[in-house]
Amino acid sequence: MTEKTKKRIVVAMSGGVDSSVTAALLKEEGHEVIGISMQVWDYSKFTAPEGEKFDTCCSLDDIHDARRVAEQIEIPFYVVNFEEEFQRLVIDDFVDEYFRGRTPNPCVRCNQRVKFQLLLQKARELGADLLATGHYARIERGDDGLFHLLRGDDPGKDQSYFLFTLTQEQLARVIFPLGGMTKPEVRQLAARFGLRVAEKGESQEICFVPDNDYVRFLEDERGKNQLAGEIVDRAGTVLGRHEGTYRYTVGQRRGLGIAHPHPLYVVGVDAERHQVIVGPKEELLAPGLVATDVTWVIAPATETLEAACKIRYRHHPVPCTVTVLAGNQVQVRFREPEKSVTPGQAVVFYRGDEVLGGGWIDAAVTEG
Amino acid sequence: MIYLDHNATTPVHPEVVEALLPFLQGKFGNPSSIHWAGRAVKGAVEEAREQVATLAGCEPGEVVFTSSGTEADNMAIKGVAAALGGRGNHIVTTQAEHPGVANPCLYLESLGFEVTRVPVDRDGILDLERLEAAITDRTILISAMAANNETGVLFPVRKIGEIAARRRVYFHCDGVQAAGRVPLSARDDGISFLALSGHKLYAPKGIGALVVRRGVKCHPLIHGGSQERNRRGGTENVAGIVAFGKACAIARETMNDEMGRLRGLRDRLEEGILSRVSGARVNGHREQRLPTTTNITIPGVEADSLLMALDLEGIAASSGSACSSGTLKLSPVLAAMGRTPEEAKGSVRFSLGKGNTDEEIDRVLAVLPAIVARLRGKS
Repeated sequence: MTEKTKKRIVVAMSGGVDSSVTAALLKEEGHEVIGISMQVWDYSKFTAPEGEKFDTCCSLDDIHDARRVAEQIEIPFYVVNFEEEFQRLVIDDFVDEYFRGRTPNPCVRCNQRVKFQLLLQKARELGADLLATGHYARIERGDDGLFHLLRGDDPGKDQSYFLFTLTQEQLARVIFPLGGMTKPEVRQLAARFGLRVAEKGESQEICFVPDNDYVRFLEDERGKNQLAGEIVDRAGTVLGRHEGTYRYTVGQRRGLGIAHPHPLYVVGVDAERHQVIVGPKEELLAPGLVATDVTWVIAPATETLEAACKIRYRHHPVPCTVTVLAGNQVQVRFREPEKSVTPGQAVVFYRGDEVLGGGWIDAAVTEG
Repeated sequence: MIYLDHNATTPVHPEVVEALLPFLQGKFGNPSSIHWAGRAVKGAVEEAREQVATLAGCEPGEVVFTSSGTEADNMAIKGVAAALGGRGNHIVTTQAEHPGVANPCLYLESLGFEVTRVPVDRDGILDLERLEAAITDRTILISAMAANNETGVLFPVRKIGEIAARRRVYFHCDGVQAAGRVPLSARDDGISFLALSGHKLYAPKGIGALVVRRGVKCHPLIHGGSQERNRRGGTENVAGIVAFGKACAIARETMNDEMGRLRGLRDRLEEGILSRVSGARVNGHREQRLPTTTNITIPGVEADSLLMALDLEGIAASSGSACSSGTLKLSPVLAAMGRTPEEAKGSVRFSLGKGNTDEEIDRVLAVLPAIVARLRGKS
C-alpha cells in the first residue's frame, strides 16, 4: 500500500464480532487503524450490589473485549465517554417517546446523534480520514458524484434501515467494510484472524437495557404506576385495565388479560387519555401513514415518488407512493393496506437496494 | 516514544532491576524463617528498610511495608480511627487529596465520623488558618498531602506538622508524589504517618510503605502474622521491598541534580506551550510546586481528545489522576481550585522524569500547537 492510499481510520469497536473483524480487515489492508469504544451508559448501575456503590472506570465486559481485540491486532485503542450525551440525546428521547404513547427506535437515534455525529467528530479531531463501523450496509459513489447508501449483501443482516439519517457529508467520511459480506463469512474471517471474540453471540436488542426488560427500565427512570388506565375498543367500550400505556405497542397481542370471543390486538395507544385501544386483527390495517423529520440521502427530484418502504426493522419492504409535504413531512400510501403502523418507529424508503431516505412515523392514515 | 506521565508511574530504574532480580531467581526464602534460606533474604529486607527510612527521615523500625501508597493511606486513616475512635470522631483533611485519602475519609464518614475538608485557593494553596480553626477537641487526625498529584502544588508540610504538634493531633501526610522529588522528613516535619509508593520513584508497582512514628497509636489494616512488627500481616514482598529500598537510595543521591535538570525542562515545556497556544494557562502556584509537574488548561479543547492525539504521536501525558481518566468525572482538585467544568475538561498534565531530554521537549512543542489547532477546528 502506498502512502497515498494508506489512510488513518477510526473503527467504532463494540467488542462484538462485526466491529472486531472490521478493524482486523482494515489493519490487514495496511491502514493506520485506531479503535475507539464509546462508553455510553454507567453499567455499574446494574452491577453494583445494594448499599456500597462501586464507581468503576470501565466495568463493561464489551469494552474489555474490544480492548483485548485491539491489543491482539496491535492498534491503539481508546474509550470515549459519551454518557452524558447519550442520556440526553438517546435515553431521554427513548423514555419520552414511550410516555407519549409511541414506540421509539433508540438505535437509529444513537447512529444519528452519537455514532455518526459525536464519534465522527472525535475521529476528525484525531486527524482520521474515515470512520469505519461493522454495519451491514454499503456506500457507493455514483457517476452523479453522490454517495449512495445501499442494503448490505446479507439479506438477513442488512442494517441499512438504521442508517437512513446519514447525510452526503457523513457518507463521504464513513465506510462499512462488511457491507458486501454475509455473517457466516464474517465469522470465518474472525476465526481466520484468530480473534478472541470469534465465537461471541449476537448483541442484545437495546444496549442500555441489559435484560431486555424495557418496562422495568422505564419505571426505574420515571417511577411506577404512571399512565395506568383503561383498555378500550374503538367504540370506547371499557374492556379492562392496564398498569401503564408504555407497556403496550401497536400489534401486540399478548399481555392484555382480557377474555374475548376473538383474538384482540393493540391497535392504538393514547397516552394523554391513559388508554390502550384494542381491536380485531383487521383494525391493525392502515392504508398509509404520515412521517415527520424526514431526511433524504438522495433528495427526491419530484413531489411524488414510487418507492418501497420498511416501517420497522424486521419488515419486508412494501410498495408505496410517497408525497413530500411542507416542513420535512411526507404522506405515505401503501399499495395494499399494511399491518401495525407504529408511531415512533422509523419508516425508510428504498428503491431496489438503495436507501432514499426516511422519517419518523407520526400516525397511521385511518380512512382509505 | 516520549513519556511525560511520571506522576502516574515511572519506569523501573535499571539498577533497581539488577538489585531485585536475585530475589526472583534464587533467593526465595521467607524472611521470618530461621534457616539459611530465610536468613539470605532477611538482611536484604532490613537493609531496604534502612534505605527507605533514610529518604523518609525516620528510624528503620518506623517503616511498615505495604502493597501501595493507597494501602498506606488507608492504614493510617482507618488505623487511627480504630485506635482513637473512642476519644474523638473528627478528621481534618483537604479538598485536594488523592482518592487514596479522600475515599477512606468518605468511608469513615459513612460510619459516623465527621470530616472537615479545608479548601484551597485558586492556586491550589492550602488555607492554614482554616486548617487550624477546623481542629476541635474531638479531632484525632489531620490528613494532608505533601505534593498534589494533578498540579504538583506543595502544601507547607512543616507548618502543618507544627500545628498538629501544638494541638496534639496526629498528622498523616500522603507523601507519594513528593518523596524523592522534594526533601521530606517525617522527623523534621512533625509527621506522625507518612505514606510512600515505590512505583512513583522508579521501583516496581505493588510496593509502598507507611512510616508510623514511634509511640503513635494505630491499628493494623491487615491482621495476620507478626510481620512488620505486628503492624501488617502477610509474608513480605521481598523483591519489591529490596527494589523500593534501592530506588530510595538512588533518589536520595540524585535528587538535587536531577530535580534541577527537570525543573529546567519543565519550565521550557510550560513556557513553550504558553507562548505557542493561545489562551493556555497554568493550574497551580508557579513556585510552590513540584519541579517535575505542569498542569495546563487549553481553552476550546477536550483533554481526552488531546491526549489521544498526542498518544498517536507517541507522546504520553494525562488529564490528572490516572484513576479518573476514561471516566466522566471532572477533577475534584481543579474544582476545589475554582475551575469551571469547561476549564477542567480542557486541562492536561505533563509530569517529567529521569529519561526526559531537551529533544523530547522540542518535539512536544513542535506537534502540540498543530494538534490544538485541529481540535479547535481551525485546520
